[in-house]
Amino acid sequence: MSTLKGRNLISITDFSRDEYIEVLDIAEEFEKNPKQKILSDKVVATLFFEPSTRTRLSFESAANQLGARIIGFSDPGGTSVQKGETLHDTIVMVSSYSDLIVMRNPKEGSSRYASEVASVPVINAGDGANQHPTQCMLDLYSIRKTQGTLENLNIAMVGDLKYGRTVHSLVQAMCNFNATFHLVSPTELKLPSSVKMSIKNAGLKYYQYTDLREIIPTADIIYMTRVQRERFPDPMEYERVKDSCILTASMLQGCKDNMRILHPLPRVNEITTDVDSTPYAYYFQQAQNGVYVRQALMAAILGAR
Amino acid sequence: MDNKKEILVSAIDNGTVIDHVPTDSLYQVIRILGLERYNDEVLMGNYLASGKLGRKGIVKIRNKHFSVDEVNKIALVAPFASIIDIEDYKVVRKYQAEIPDHIDNCVRCANPKCITNAEVVPTRFDVVDKENLKLRCHYCEKFTTKETMKFTE
Repeated sequence: MSTLKGRNLISITDFSRDEYIEVLDIAEEFEKNPKQKILSDKVVATLFFEPSTRTRLSFESAANQLGARIIGFSDPGGTSVQKGETLHDTIVMVSSYSDLIVMRNPKEGSSRYASEVASVPVINAGDGANQHPTQCMLDLYSIRKTQGTLENLNIAMVGDLKYGRTVHSLVQAMCNFNATFHLVSPTELKLPSSVKMSIKNAGLKYYQYTDLREIIPTADIIYMTRVQRERFPDPMEYERVKDSCILTASMLQGCKDNMRILHPLPRVNEITTDVDSTPYAYYFQQAQNGVYVRQALMAAILGAR
Repeated sequence: MDNKKEILVSAIDNGTVIDHVPTDSLYQVIRILGLERYNDEVLMGNYLASGKLGRKGIVKIRNKHFSVDEVNKIALVAPFASIIDIEDYKVVRKYQAEIPDHIDNCVRCANPKCITNAEVVPTRFDVVDKENLKLRCHYCEKFTTKETMKFTE
């Protein structure tokens, strides 16, 4: 039986390096054989207090493929939440109706709090700008699948490194695997010093750049993120830097053969569509991997693995 | 103990004396210890002469003895405070308040988007840097520092 049985997954640091590997191994098994009715006696509650497309659908697809029943909402409108019910009361009630709660809520820390009041395990499907650990797990899965290993890789992170929660979590997770980090962002959106400190504390190296072209020849993984206009107080500043983090097919000349491009999606214009048909594009398969990883997490937490 | 100061704030027969409180922290100490709702004698003085601090505050709480965890919270605002337990007018124990590893309840999270600022959720922090006073919220994982620190009512 997995050590993950009955556990919550709120923050990527809740799991150890060995537990990441365990989840990825189980996910690999589900990729080969995704339709296994091992949760047919379980009820999974998906509580989405704000809209989500990929995350909610992939959780629900994962639960369905394992035979679990799904209850919940994709928008709090029309529920007792709109009548002013507290998160505490909603979670206590839903705990009594389900075996596992998957929750997205815009309030930061809401998932940790929910896990403390719930009588069943809670998986964080995003709590505002704080954590989105299942995205990080699927990023790890995609890296291992495309590179054959998680060890000793050159990981380039590109775009909004200041506010991008997926970037922060992935850096923290990859610190377990002797990665070298190449950080490409406009000066205004550099990786926060607290996250850089995690890299230093792990005894690893990072390099900072403002031009994406500099990292193309060395990267094993290019992890692209969206640079949002609203992050810039001065629109002129946005106009000045907006093209520095756009990846086009012509820029990929000279990259390593094993290099793959990841993106948590949705993308806007930071990866031009001519990249999609190159062998380096992996972002759509990455999103698909989310289903296997979420199957693995639910199966392990519910004691079916 | 300096007798002149004792005259300014009378001695208590039993309870706790909190001495060497910075003058601008006295009312925060009272709030952190919940003394606004304490139903026995609380004596206090501020801007008293002090060899150690120049000027200081002092609080004497009659018939109340604190646990170390309770009283250590005041080290957030009064890092040099002395805690003196009194029984029958005698000092039975004297120690320094120390910044604890964890702080529950008394500090508000500086992140306006934190769940603890949206619902009635008691706050919890890990102290990650005692020297520069940096707290990490157990819930939203954001930092609250000396500059952004506010205390719960």
